[in-house]
Amino acid sequence: MISKPYIKLKNVSKVFGQNPDTVIDLVQNNIDKTELQNDYNHIIGLQNINIDIPKNKIQVFMGLSGSGKSTLIRHLNQLIRPTSGEIVVNNVNVTELNKKDLINFRRENFAMVFQKFALLPHRTVLSNTYFGLQIRGVKSPELENTAKYWIDKVGLDGFENYHPNQLSGGMQQRVGIARALANDAPILLMDEPFSALDPLIRIEMQDMLITLQKELKKTIIFITHDLDEALKLGDNIAILRDGKIIQSGTGQDIILNPYDSYISNFTAQVNRGKVIECEKVMKKLSKDAFSKVTIAKEAKLEEAVRVMISNNINEVDVVNSKKKYIGTVYLDDVMASIINPIAEP
Amino acid sequence: MSILTEFPSIDTETLRSLKKSIDAGFKNFSRNYGDNIESFFEPVRFLLIESEQFLINTPWPIIMAIIAIIAWAGSKNIKIVISVVMILLLIGYFDMWENTMKTISITFVAALLAIVFGIPIGILMAKSNFFQRVMNPVLDVMQTMPSFVYLIPVVMLLGIGKIPGLIAVVIYSIPPMIRLTNLGIRLVNQAVIEAADSYGASNTQKLIYIQIPLALPTIMAGINQTIMLALSMVVIASMIGVTGLGQPVLTAIQNQYFTLGIFNGFAIVGIAIVFDRVSQAYGKRIQESHGTINDK
Repeated sequence: MISKPYIKLKNVSKVFGQNPDTVIDLVQNNIDKTELQNDYNHIIGLQNINIDIPKNKIQVFMGLSGSGKSTLIRHLNQLIRPTSGEIVVNNVNVTELNKKDLINFRRENFAMVFQKFALLPHRTVLSNTYFGLQIRGVKSPELENTAKYWIDKVGLDGFENYHPNQLSGGMQQRVGIARALANDAPILLMDEPFSALDPLIRIEMQDMLITLQKELKKTIIFITHDLDEALKLGDNIAILRDGKIIQSGTGQDIILNPYDSYISNFTAQVNRGKVIECEKVMKKLSKDAFSKVTIAKEAKLEEAVRVMISNNINEVDVVNSKKKYIGTVYLDDVMASIINPIAEP
Repeated sequence: MSILTEFPSIDTETLRSLKKSIDAGFKNFSRNYGDNIESFFEPVRFLLIESEQFLINTPWPIIMAIIAIIAWAGSKNIKIVISVVMILLLIGYFDMWENTMKTISITFVAALLAIVFGIPIGILMAKSNFFQRVMNPVLDVMQTMPSFVYLIPVVMLLGIGKIPGLIAVVIYSIPPMIRLTNLGIRLVNQAVIEAADSYGASNTQKLIYIQIPLALPTIMAGINQTIMLALSMVVIASMIGVTGLGQPVLTAIQNQYFTLGIFNGFAIVGIAIVFDRVSQAYGKRIQESHGTINDK
């Protein structure tokens, strides 16, 4: 089942410099980033980006600093305008919107969470949270009630009248998330929202996002430089380098079939047991009766190991969503798959 | 080689006719339009006279109470309120109450005008780089041109009196208001502006919800500077008929009355301190609530 993409980027390129139009042809013809920089004194932000983003899923863009991921997310709500290409969001070509329509489009479709929180320092938690609603002209008391609901939801009950500078980083980002969710926009743009947080707080926030997403089912665009975070959150992951998408797919696709050594260097560090699903390593046997202990085909290998250990067995049967037998996973195979392949020298 | 020892200047005759024609032109202009310009400033004159009458005619304890309440509302600091009252008591005791009220009145009206015109001009400067390039040299001239020089055309147009004095004070004291409003708005964190943009804030919404509130501490510093400059201009303005503490100082200069000069001089210093401490304390309180000071 292939649903119509909710957000579509077609040949999007962005060039920074004095006169981007003069070099855009070169960029579209895949000129090398360093060549353009040395010979033409222009910098590539994005180069021929093509991607379809489905509705109600978490799409992660992962890349190191300078890969263009923050530039890309800002193209979706047109905080940055592309030099060439087309960006279609919910059947609207946002690159063609005039200033007034763009403002309205942003109000109705987007909410954004920032790496450095970007809260309004002169406002309380409560009035920071209802900022987006206020911009849209929502009036009191709905304003306060909606804000209060989301403040409770992100676990900041009782902090309504604090100012951002009185809160820790993690709490400030909870306000950032409450502000975004209060807006009730269908698309949530998250630009490295957890990168500035301590590791433990980061994991707490990731779990909160997963819990919220189960309920909200928003279209989330999530930027990160951390592959573990990308694999944990992303339904789909696109890896960016030098302004280009070099691989796009599910986390499992990327782990099992890294496109090049650049990506396999990343994936070598990953805990594969948390990413690979049982279906990938199971063996299909012609069995009639299967054991009592079964596991879903989407379950991760780590889960399979846990089941086997707790039941003191070394094989477990895999079933599909209709509880029908489709294969068996063996402990040996699981172990072999979990071990990271030796990185290429 | 006289060109090296003597700077090649235009000849005296041309220079004199140039000066003459400009003077004549301006005289004509002021003769023709002086009355119109005077009536244009009628509302300002009304405000000036009303505020002066109010300050002088109201019994002094009431005025003192009002000033003490404003000081408390601004600073929330009992020490500042007590020093304000002490300063006013001393001024009254040395028989300078009426002149002080006149000076406070013109400073108040001048500061009000500087705020009313300065803040919008500052906002426009922050919004438009072109307007900033145009305004900067104008502000430089306003700040460095000796005030006596622009007193001349003002007096030619409007004669001697309160209004020309007020205009001179406003011209002299408005530049920091404009500059600091511009600076304050330009210094607002771009990340916060980007956040507002991402939520679809219009330019007006950004201005009202973000830029002005965040620039407020800087704008307050501008108001403070404006008041200080207005006060320092009071003595010069007294030369063209502004009454108040400046006039006795002028008399003291002309007749070498040392004590008269120093008493009135200290009275100006006294109200300067009152204005300064109250407005600074207010600015600091705004800053604290903005979280720009992190010592909570």
